[in-house]
Amino acid sequence: MALTLDNVKRIANLARIEVAPHEAERVLAQLTGIFGLIEEMQAVNTDGIVPMSHSQDRVLRLREDAVTGSDQHTLFQAIAPQVEAGLYLVPKVIE
Amino acid sequence: MLNLTVKQLAAELAAKRVSSVEVTQYFIKRINALGKALNAFISVDEARSLASARAADQLLAAGKGGPLTGIPLAHKDIFCAKGWLATCGSRILSNFVAPYDAHVIERFDQAGAVIAGKTNMDEFAMGSSNETSFYGPVKNPWDNAAVPGGSSGGSAAAVAARLVPAATGTDTGGSIRQPAAFTGICGLKPTYGVVSRYGMIAFASSLDQGGPFARTAEDLALLLNVMAGFDARDSTSLQREPEDYARELAQPLQGLRIGLPAEFFAAGLASDVARAVDAAIAEFRRLGCETVEVRLPNMRLSVPVYYVLAPAEASSNLARFDGVRYGYRAPEYSDLLDMYCKTRAQGFGAEVKRRILIGTYVLSHGYYDAYYIKAQKLRRLIAQDFAEAFRRCDVIMGPTTPTTAFNLGEKAGDPVQMYLSDIYTIAVNLAGLPGMSIPAGFGAGNHPVGLQLIGNYFREAKMLNAAHQYQQVTDWHLRLPPGIEAK
Repeated sequence: MALTLDNVKRIANLARIEVAPHEAERVLAQLTGIFGLIEEMQAVNTDGIVPMSHSQDRVLRLREDAVTGSDQHTLFQAIAPQVEAGLYLVPKVIE
Repeated sequence: MLNLTVKQLAAELAAKRVSSVEVTQYFIKRINALGKALNAFISVDEARSLASARAADQLLAAGKGGPLTGIPLAHKDIFCAKGWLATCGSRILSNFVAPYDAHVIERFDQAGAVIAGKTNMDEFAMGSSNETSFYGPVKNPWDNAAVPGGSSGGSAAAVAARLVPAATGTDTGGSIRQPAAFTGICGLKPTYGVVSRYGMIAFASSLDQGGPFARTAEDLALLLNVMAGFDARDSTSLQREPEDYARELAQPLQGLRIGLPAEFFAAGLASDVARAVDAAIAEFRRLGCETVEVRLPNMRLSVPVYYVLAPAEASSNLARFDGVRYGYRAPEYSDLLDMYCKTRAQGFGAEVKRRILIGTYVLSHGYYDAYYIKAQKLRRLIAQDFAEAFRRCDVIMGPTTPTTAFNLGEKAGDPVQMYLSDIYTIAVNLAGLPGMSIPAGFGAGNHPVGLQLIGNYFREAKMLNAAHQYQQVTDWHLRLPPGIEAK
């Protein structure tokens, strides 16, 4: 599966990373090299193997659905780029 | 003071021959001088460090000191420490002052250790040379033209150059073991789940694990005793009885079975590294160990598997950096989408962007099964190889890296070559096993060589025992990089 410039533009958009048109060719060349390495995986037959997501096949621990934290919004918002009246400010999205 | 181990420094502090304030001042002076030349640190805050040192001195005066009370430690800038910058080596977090402590930082704080500073690292721990840091590369104390390894390059260089007696790092694909090897010190990656990831900025959550750097195996055990432990805030933290990782150090190695995987000694291993590793293994035989050949036939696939799984997890973890709640925000943008795209384009460096794009692609519709699920299946085969090998041996040994430290700039332009330099360390993370690197001699150009030890799950104490016994009969771990004493 050869990567194309359109693939690069699509995944850059999905990843929310601006890739300038003059950079796209270079990014494509690098990703193509890396996928050359990744494609080595396809040489091995893995039929019937169960995918492994945790090194010891443990199931994640669950906790009671109870409030445990305290309200720290002032502390956390002190480091935000733009805050007003306890709200994070972003560019207007509704006309 | 320069060459005292953590254990020796603790004895000096306990006997009140020196105070924590004096020890901390001594090392911060070195950090401000030699540390600058090596670019090993991102943040130093002498007033804050000395305040902790004074508190430690009070504990010591009251007879309430423990093994790490009053010891200055450097922390990789991936760990959140309240009131300190936590940049993760990235522009996007260059203004991020952590509002809380990581579990690891809490544990060291409770033990009375002093934060000597935050160390330089590859951006978001993505790199093997410390060249991807927004703050510039770190130099190797043994050879300033060479890289210190990565991603925990600043911590490794700091310990090697005696800027601190010990430090922390994180290891996702070799980021503790490889820099330990390149800088001639000891580093240990615990079994996945032993050290809490809470407050440790996430890269690839199923692989990331924090661990210590020090100059001796004994010191690693002392640090791990503090770092390890259950933490409910990390859903992958393991609930286990606390253990003393130093408990087996003194055991003789008679009858210990060392597994030697043929794949670790095949084509691609530099001859100077092979010579040093062979000599180290001969030393273990003299200590009474038996060696058996084992096979890890799927190890060659660990690099491609890793470069699917780690970027996939990274693309998800790094989605939180959007310029809204913390960190850098682009100064100019037209709308919300443009703000996200420009913030992330300007805030992330080239390697991080590359990995986010790979991860986004392998998780995207139509490619998920061919890449992500395929890699997870191969991950199981790799883990099974180790399980099979550990039926025949107690500890696996081999080189940590295929070559000694390469030069700054040598691989920076070729991601694939950089990725392949982690061929011996990555499989250990995929399997979730504990691994460590200890100094085992020198190769060409007087560059240190690391011997890798891999243990079975939760057998850190056995690896540390083997390493400690080796360090009783060798002196590679005592060697000093040239010229660092004078500076």
